[in-house]
Amino acid sequence: MATRSFFVPFLLFALCFYSSLTPVLSLYEDQVGLMDWHQQYIGKVKQAVFSTQKTGRRRVIVSTEENVIASLDLRHGEIFWRHLLGSDDVIDGIDIGLGKYVITLSSGGSVLRSWNIPDGQMVWESFLQGPKHSKSLLLVPTNLKIEKDNVIVVFSNGRLHAVSCIDGEVLWNKDFEAESFEAQQVIQPPGSDLIYVVGFAASSQFEMYQINARNGELLKHERATFSSGFLRVVSLVSSETVVALDSTGSILLTISFQNGEISFQQTPISNLVEDPSGPAVILPSSVPGIFAIKTNAFTIFIRVIDEGKLEVVEKTNHETTVSNALPISEGQQAFALVQHAGSEIHLAVKIAHDWDGNLLEESIKMDQQRGLVHKVFINNYIRTDKSHGFRVLIVMEDHSLLLLQQGAIVWSREDGLASIIDVTASELPVERDGVSVAKVEHNLFEWLKGHMLKLKGTLMLASPEDVAAIQSMRLKSSEKSKLTRDHNGFRKLLVVLTRAGKLFALHTGDGRIVWSHFLQSLHKSGTCQSPIGLNLYLWQVPHHHAMDENPSVLVISRCGPSSDAPAVLSFVDTYTGKELNSLSLVHGVVQVIPLPYTDSTEQRLHLLIDSDKHAHLYPTTSEALRIFKREFSNIYWYSVEDHNGIIKGHALKCKCTGEVADEFCFDTRDLWSVVFPSESEKIIATVTRKLNEVVHTQAKVVADQDVMYKYISRNLLFVATVAPKGSGEIGSVTPEESWLVAYLIDTVTGRILHRVTHHGAQGPVHAVFSENWVVYHYFNLRAHRYEMSVIEIYDQSRADNKDVWKLVLGKHNLTSPISLFSRPEVITKSQSYFFTHSVKAIAVTSTAKGITSKQLLIGTIGDQVLALDKRFLDPRRSVNPTQAEKEEGIIPLTDSLPIIPQSYVTHALRVEGLRGIVTVPAKLESTTLVFAHGVDLFFTQLAPSKTYDSLTEDFSYALLLLTIVALVAAIFVTWRLSERKELQDKWR
Amino acid sequence: MDTIKVVAAIILTIYLFPFLSFGFQSDELLVDDEEFGLEGAPQPRFPEPTSTRSAPVTTATRKRHSDLDSDSKIEFSLDHAFGDSDFSPAGTFSARIKTWSHGGQTLTKLRFSRNNFTNEEQKKFKNLLESDDFYRIRLPSNVLSPPGRDFIISSVKARCLPREGLDEHFVIHMEGVNVLAVNYGSPGSCSYPRNLKLPVKWSFSSYTVLKNSEQAPRAPIFTEEILGGENGGGEVVQPPERSFWAKYWMYLIPLGLIITNAITQAMNMPEEQATGQVPASAGMVQRGPSSAARRR
Repeated sequence: MATRSFFVPFLLFALCFYSSLTPVLSLYEDQVGLMDWHQQYIGKVKQAVFSTQKTGRRRVIVSTEENVIASLDLRHGEIFWRHLLGSDDVIDGIDIGLGKYVITLSSGGSVLRSWNIPDGQMVWESFLQGPKHSKSLLLVPTNLKIEKDNVIVVFSNGRLHAVSCIDGEVLWNKDFEAESFEAQQVIQPPGSDLIYVVGFAASSQFEMYQINARNGELLKHERATFSSGFLRVVSLVSSETVVALDSTGSILLTISFQNGEISFQQTPISNLVEDPSGPAVILPSSVPGIFAIKTNAFTIFIRVIDEGKLEVVEKTNHETTVSNALPISEGQQAFALVQHAGSEIHLAVKIAHDWDGNLLEESIKMDQQRGLVHKVFINNYIRTDKSHGFRVLIVMEDHSLLLLQQGAIVWSREDGLASIIDVTASELPVERDGVSVAKVEHNLFEWLKGHMLKLKGTLMLASPEDVAAIQSMRLKSSEKSKLTRDHNGFRKLLVVLTRAGKLFALHTGDGRIVWSHFLQSLHKSGTCQSPIGLNLYLWQVPHHHAMDENPSVLVISRCGPSSDAPAVLSFVDTYTGKELNSLSLVHGVVQVIPLPYTDSTEQRLHLLIDSDKHAHLYPTTSEALRIFKREFSNIYWYSVEDHNGIIKGHALKCKCTGEVADEFCFDTRDLWSVVFPSESEKIIATVTRKLNEVVHTQAKVVADQDVMYKYISRNLLFVATVAPKGSGEIGSVTPEESWLVAYLIDTVTGRILHRVTHHGAQGPVHAVFSENWVVYHYFNLRAHRYEMSVIEIYDQSRADNKDVWKLVLGKHNLTSPISLFSRPEVITKSQSYFFTHSVKAIAVTSTAKGITSKQLLIGTIGDQVLALDKRFLDPRRSVNPTQAEKEEGIIPLTDSLPIIPQSYVTHALRVEGLRGIVTVPAKLESTTLVFAHGVDLFFTQLAPSKTYDSLTEDFSYALLLLTIVALVAAIFVTWRLSERKELQDKWR
Repeated sequence: MDTIKVVAAIILTIYLFPFLSFGFQSDELLVDDEEFGLEGAPQPRFPEPTSTRSAPVTTATRKRHSDLDSDSKIEFSLDHAFGDSDFSPAGTFSARIKTWSHGGQTLTKLRFSRNNFTNEEQKKFKNLLESDDFYRIRLPSNVLSPPGRDFIISSVKARCLPREGLDEHFVIHMEGVNVLAVNYGSPGSCSYPRNLKLPVKWSFSSYTVLKNSEQAPRAPIFTEEILGGENGGGEVVQPPERSFWAKYWMYLIPLGLIITNAITQAMNMPEEQATGQVPASAGMVQRGPSSAARRR
């Protein structure tokens, strides 16, 4: 009796204890989504088509600038299916054929594909060749048939193709040999068997080809010359009339080619509008009878009346966007017009031939953070009262996609996040009274129920429903999505800058957007027509004791693509997302160097190098200048001119000697240069250590109780060069004429510390530099495989500090300052291994103190992230390690690196279009946060050496408590029992 | 298959042999250079096409008899600058060009003659020492047609050079006849903070090293059976064979407890039957007095 009651709790306890200790090598199925999140995006929509057939009515098919074709749910905006075409497979056009296939034209008009709308399977694919490069146009006529085959008309590469919609077979093609002919439109008047191809030849010639749609026979070829030339954009106003502008942008030309006769009708814009204010451009649209032109100040809508007469219908100075025409009933076409007015947008749906009557007029309040409307796509539906209803899909300046219906935003997608340029992590505010967002557990019963469920799960008694309940409970746990700092540092804000120029703050707990801010400096404006966001830096990270201050980030952007375009600095508060300040600079920016110094308000000093090789110091305060002056002679940097193969080192010289006195501007001078011979080497990769990396120990104890000192320098640069011939695609050269040279260069003195040649190797090279090692990935042409090499560099000048007595008596040189001008005494160790995958990105885990062992994070070609222990890339691996080496953890040598399926950190998911992997240390030493971005986003926590410093997330405290209580109870029960028994015995 | 490999290996060895034996020929080499690991075979590559060889003769005096000559002498000059001043000649390197049968060229027998500082240069150098400024040198990037594409520049803080006299150390990284980079500095360490120290005598003692690229070790290729043995596990660290106790302790402990418990029970039973009220069990010992006390 007593035995049993004691044994059961013991077993329970043992079970519980054991289950919490078992090392977890990878993720269990029910742990997916606990610490990781995955978000799917598509990018900025280029074109959208709506399916009109029954099955597809709830869907919209879009093509995007990230080369994605996707089918979205019109009700919720979710993705039904999605395909990412390669980066060299740019989508030129999409359309719907036969009501159930999406036709896409891509790769400069040379690949035509058909996809099944319901499930996104590819139906067929055909390759269209042509004599020369040209604009590519896709036309899917609704009722053009050749022998019962529906036809797709494609103009690409200077050739007109008619392709069968069923199987993608080319029915006929017709070459347009004329050298300078540039097709602008392919027109198929409904109900006829003719195809018109119109375009420009030379500078002032308009050409029209009339082609028989059945067999591709050229029926007529007309040309007409207009002496002052054309701006090469046309707007189609009817099936036999186009409108163009002359080369000065001041005369409108109505070109009609009825019955194969070309006739011009000139109308100077000044006749239509009193004050045209500068040259005009035609806004591409295809609304019958109406077109729009845009001058500096106005957008003007013009109607074409009979015989090429023009009439202005509206002139507006608001930002306006027009959709294409949508046939709603026979002979009637509707189009949508979106205008900005303050914080609202006005949406009007009009019938093409009746400007003044609106089918629909709505005003929608729009978030200012989304910028202007870039594109509008219109779709109709039948309302419950059998009238026509309209919904529009709009693409905003920040690349987001919104569906408007009945005067409201039905859904919105933040697709700007598909094109992230830069990422930085920021802490969350500390939990305080008033700030706290913590929720108290709902009630005791719920709490108990939850723990009972967990207990059941642990004892494997749970039914499938219980498992689901446990899962959802775990996911819901409010703990991880709180907006305050946590003890372990798992909760952070990821501040990301997108290509559209919008800043987002994502919460690491669940990936939601905490705030977003469209930077004023990145709005297109009169002074800056094409602003580009460049980089993101932590500007101010308040000290742990200054809790009332908010951290801020610095966003660097510039006007236009050239490096001497003036730069703009913006400072954004990371807690609120407010722009604190914005500086428009007079100089450009080529390089930004965050210096390792901060001023008394913890603002980091930054040095900006402009295209004239002047250095500018920010922030521009006298205190910053004082700090900077102190370290003036210790600041060195380097620049890589990869187009001519020169790496140069620089230092500061003196104050700028310009006409304007600027005490924050400094002249620079060249200290060293490395010139790679242009006939044998070409720079393809340069990598340095991360600036904020922490190295825990300088020494490495090797097998025989020996010590090696790591050569840890922040000023090491890894450079990879290849033979210029071999810089093309893999396999384009023979192994004999291809080689790869890896260099380790000291960036203060320009010394080459290590130089090694890999014969028969070819790029692309992906590399990662950490502590004293660099790992790089390339292709080995001789072995026909990818290879990864590791170089470790050790310092010999400290090698004699092995004597314990020296250390005790302080006779070592470990604490003496090191000057890089000393002659370095280094040795390197290297080793190469085969690796199966090609690689898109490599990163390395980083932890708070650098104690935890490292893992390489490899973004594979399959858009997954693979974690590979650095131990596999140890240059000291040998075939038969000695006992001592085995104890040290050296793995026996293999020729290839293992790919363990469980070590994919993205488990079953894919980060489509993977571009970068960012690691951020958590406060807990064992854990690192990993953020992978591409078209998709993925975030997870990793513990490369397991979570040795904490209990696992799912450790059941309740079970532990319960066990203790049960044990105590058991002790009492047995005590009472034995007491009673004893009593009985004694009374016997 | 294997024979082909062997033959290929032999051919490769024969091919590489000349470089292995003649690779590094600088007889000026005075100081240890083993830290750079010279055991790899320096690989001369095919230099630029012959057209550049007939490029117009520039300032560098070079005497080359004919292209067929496998040994020809060349000279190229070292320039120096004090701080941000212009470069002026400081010395001359002379070397022999070795032309290999396949057309590759390498430098051998590098010698360096340093011009002594003139009085003015001495003064400039003193200024450098006082202001802790840079002493800069430069070399042409191509020794056959100087300056090549650009000059190779290197700098060192002037205070690093003076010792007894002025000590300098060149490591010239070559790629055929192209100079890639030059590591310039003092032959030993340069302590920080740098103290002002004037040299006793104003003459240079120079050490020069020529370096070519070393070849990377090949990735090891194993035969299938080793591969199978190694890769089968994936997890490579095989856990050592654990003892019976280590494996099953979690079962053994409760089992032991049960047994002891059972034994005590069993011991109790007969004793109870035999002696009746005498508490014999060890477990009862502590409680014995208390119960006895209560009975009293």
